[in-house]
Amino acid sequence: MTLDDNGQDTAAGTATVQLTRKDMESDQEVRWCPGCGDYAILKSFQQVFAKLGIPREQFVVVSGIGCSSRLPYYVNTYGFHTIHGRAPAIATGVKVANPELSVWIGTGDGDGLSIGGNHLIHVLRRNVDVKIVLFNNRIYGLTKGQYSPTSEQGKKTKSTPFGSVEQPFNPLSVAIGAEATFVARTVDVYGQHLMRILEAAAAHRGAAFVEVYQNCNIFNDGAFDFMRGKEVRDENTLELEHGKPILFGSKLEKGLRLRGAGVEVVQVADVGIDQILVHDAEADDPTLAFLLSRLGPPDLPTPIGILRSVQHPIFDRDVHEQVNEVTARKGVGDLDALIHSGDTWTV
Amino acid sequence: MATNQIVSKQPVERLKRVVVRFAGDSGDGMQITGDRFTATAAAIGNDLSTLPDFPAEIRAPAGTLPGVSAFQIHFSSEDIITPGDEPDVLVAMNPAALKVNVRDLKPNGWLIVNLDSFAPKDLEKAGYATNPLEDRSLDAYRVLPIAITKLTKEALKDVKITQKEKDRCKNFFALGLMYYLYNRSMDNTILWLKTKFKNKPEFIEANTLALKAGYALGDATEIFQVTYEVPPAQLAPGKYRNINGNSALAIGFVAAAQKAGLRLFLGSYPITPASDVLHELSGYKNYNVITFQAEDEIAAVGAALGASFTGALGLTTTSGPGLALKSETIGLAVMAELPLVVVDIQRAGPSTGMPTKTEQADLLQAIFGRHGESPVVVLAPQTPSDCFAMAFEAARLAITHMLPVILLSDGYLANGSEPWLLPNAADLPAIVPGFRTDPEGFEPYMRDPKTLARPWVRPGTPGMQHRIGGLEKEDGSGNVSYDPENHEHMVHVRAEKVARIADDIPTIEVRGPQSGEMLVLGWGSTFGAISSAVTDLAAKGIVVSQAHVRYLNPLPKNLGEVLRRFRRVLVPEMNSGQLAMILRARYLIDIVSYSKVQGQPFKRREIMARIEKELGVGR
Repeated sequence: MTLDDNGQDTAAGTATVQLTRKDMESDQEVRWCPGCGDYAILKSFQQVFAKLGIPREQFVVVSGIGCSSRLPYYVNTYGFHTIHGRAPAIATGVKVANPELSVWIGTGDGDGLSIGGNHLIHVLRRNVDVKIVLFNNRIYGLTKGQYSPTSEQGKKTKSTPFGSVEQPFNPLSVAIGAEATFVARTVDVYGQHLMRILEAAAAHRGAAFVEVYQNCNIFNDGAFDFMRGKEVRDENTLELEHGKPILFGSKLEKGLRLRGAGVEVVQVADVGIDQILVHDAEADDPTLAFLLSRLGPPDLPTPIGILRSVQHPIFDRDVHEQVNEVTARKGVGDLDALIHSGDTWTV
Repeated sequence: MATNQIVSKQPVERLKRVVVRFAGDSGDGMQITGDRFTATAAAIGNDLSTLPDFPAEIRAPAGTLPGVSAFQIHFSSEDIITPGDEPDVLVAMNPAALKVNVRDLKPNGWLIVNLDSFAPKDLEKAGYATNPLEDRSLDAYRVLPIAITKLTKEALKDVKITQKEKDRCKNFFALGLMYYLYNRSMDNTILWLKTKFKNKPEFIEANTLALKAGYALGDATEIFQVTYEVPPAQLAPGKYRNINGNSALAIGFVAAAQKAGLRLFLGSYPITPASDVLHELSGYKNYNVITFQAEDEIAAVGAALGASFTGALGLTTTSGPGLALKSETIGLAVMAELPLVVVDIQRAGPSTGMPTKTEQADLLQAIFGRHGESPVVVLAPQTPSDCFAMAFEAARLAITHMLPVILLSDGYLANGSEPWLLPNAADLPAIVPGFRTDPEGFEPYMRDPKTLARPWVRPGTPGMQHRIGGLEKEDGSGNVSYDPENHEHMVHVRAEKVARIADDIPTIEVRGPQSGEMLVLGWGSTFGAISSAVTDLAAKGIVVSQAHVRYLNPLPKNLGEVLRRFRRVLVPEMNSGQLAMILRARYLIDIVSYSKVQGQPFKRREIMARIEKELGVGR
């Protein structure tokens, strides 16, 4: 929902349009490598945009530079393909200048977490009502294969022929550390899940951060094979749902139990369902969300779904509320009064 | 205003112009003292120009050289445009203030010092080995050592405030003494005290007593053998206020946004000496102004450009190092063909340089400092009040031509102030943005035949969804294009858009003979020093012409022709000759560059001397 200067729900107010995915396709030829995970993400994007009930002209898709950042060209909305890393800054200007717009950011692990890391943490900290979708393929694709801030240690790439000696970081942990109010993860090939997460991000009021594990079949093929395929998905992913016990396995026979300041994997049959940790995405305290963000291989399954979804003050709305409040108190500014203010004298 | 003039019993000498400098420790209230002296001069009808000189350190140790704060005012019965070269009077509240400022004082100038702050430890803090009041090192001046602290204390003995608060009133004692010396009424200042401290009557009383005590000292003791009078100037009729460059910029942008019917969006990151524009605009929220203090310079300009994309007037304010950081986004604005105003309050560089000191060394950065063929419009105000007019111009050109405009002010204009003849909002020209809402035949990069501007379409406009960005665009459709001919064509179009602005700006005017021996050509804040130098030389019978460039890219249409009318063109600049380089390249004229890069503005007499040297006259 977006609010106008008077706090009225404008975008939702006009949300009567019926659109199909076709309506959201632009006239531009899509140019990613054949087999790229980005195709699936684009389709989900278009599908979700069509379903939101928001007119096409109310969307603005902003991106930086990288394979993921081609996204705006392929969606029939307003779009701005900007500068490497700077999409959150430019999108902040778009959203604050016109809060009625539904503003989306397409970014990647290099764009969003390396060159644009500063803007990403601040757009999340401020809780600007924009939706950030970060395509994480753990590699620089557009520049043809260098390691990224999410590439694993030891990774051999063109710029690390003997293996990377750098420590990667975890996008979800970064987002939670930056006070993000909505933090989720999904996977390029999990079509239904991806769409559900995008819809939830759209519905969230405030900054939404969605990490999408995305396969780069050219420079980092198979990076997510440990959980991306049907045969491994059940064993190696934790599909989080708010208010439900955290279970996994083909028959949901395993679960997570708190142990000390961490978790352990237990058999539900052994400990009983009451012992299983229940997911609370809406807890204001980010401790659980952070704990979940740390899980993954080699010892634990990888969480997907919404880790955190809380309501905090929204930057763009508060900016306008302050403008409205000051204007109500001082009256609409009169230009002559401004020019002629202060100590004046007449000759 | 005759009612403000007071007759003193000493002989009164009539002067045309006077320069007074108040100097003391940061905690001594020198800026307020200068402000009040200025307000009174303005009320009397003098023309005036002022310049504060703040210490770079926020809280330097009291009494030390880095802690010295000064305020200079030049007031006159004639038209003046600089804060003055050398003070006629220096008020030094402590040895540090004396040491830092006395070298500028005119020979035989009045030097008023606070005797109470010349104890051995005060001298030591200022690095004086011997007491300058006793070692005859000040013999060139008319020194008046006055026990300002003690006399203030005595005058305030019955006021119920703390001793520390009483000490703080000593600046008003000094102010009172100056009012006596220049035969000025104290009424304006007393009225101000009553408003300023309306809830603290004891402060009104204390400061008024200190002010009157300073005045009375001059009146009763005849420490001055003479007093002075500076009659009102013949200013153009109208309403005035005293304004500094940064305030004038802030109001200029509000005015432009209002006249264009646009929301003003400022994205900014704090940086000296530009932060005051952010501060001031942050207070104008009821003028449809949004200010955004971004996480860095890049985000600041990015947010401004994002706001422009939505149909607001995007503005970002910074100083040299910040302009360097913004250059990639300015390049995007060139490519996206969106309005954007970038203000650079230049300071001494490179790198951190001298942040509180002025310079004009960002001209080439502004014109050329981006990769690729990336032309932008560059403007420069010439006086503090001209900052209003040029802010308005920058916004007008950005909006009506759909491109980024860089406005080059500097630290000297930012903090200097002068009387501003106030315009009426109704008399300011309307600015008409080229918004398009008709989808019929729309293409994102279709062009206005006259300006070549593309249409501005607000997101939210039905049926006109389109994508823009940094990749090269096919002219017309705006589709991404790697076509070689199209790229070259677009390079030319972007250059031509800037070039055509020459048809939308005034031609340059020459003051003095329209052709002849020498033209002194400047840009930006050197205007005051050059104008005064040219005027004073004319009074000596040495006639040269003057012109000042406010539009640096594109240059005024007639500039080349004007330059060729003179045998010599002298270009004083606070850099190593950047405009001179451009003029030589552009017009193949052998410009004489006069460069000064000291973090200090030109003095009038420096320019006079250089002109005389070039002409082979004078000393």
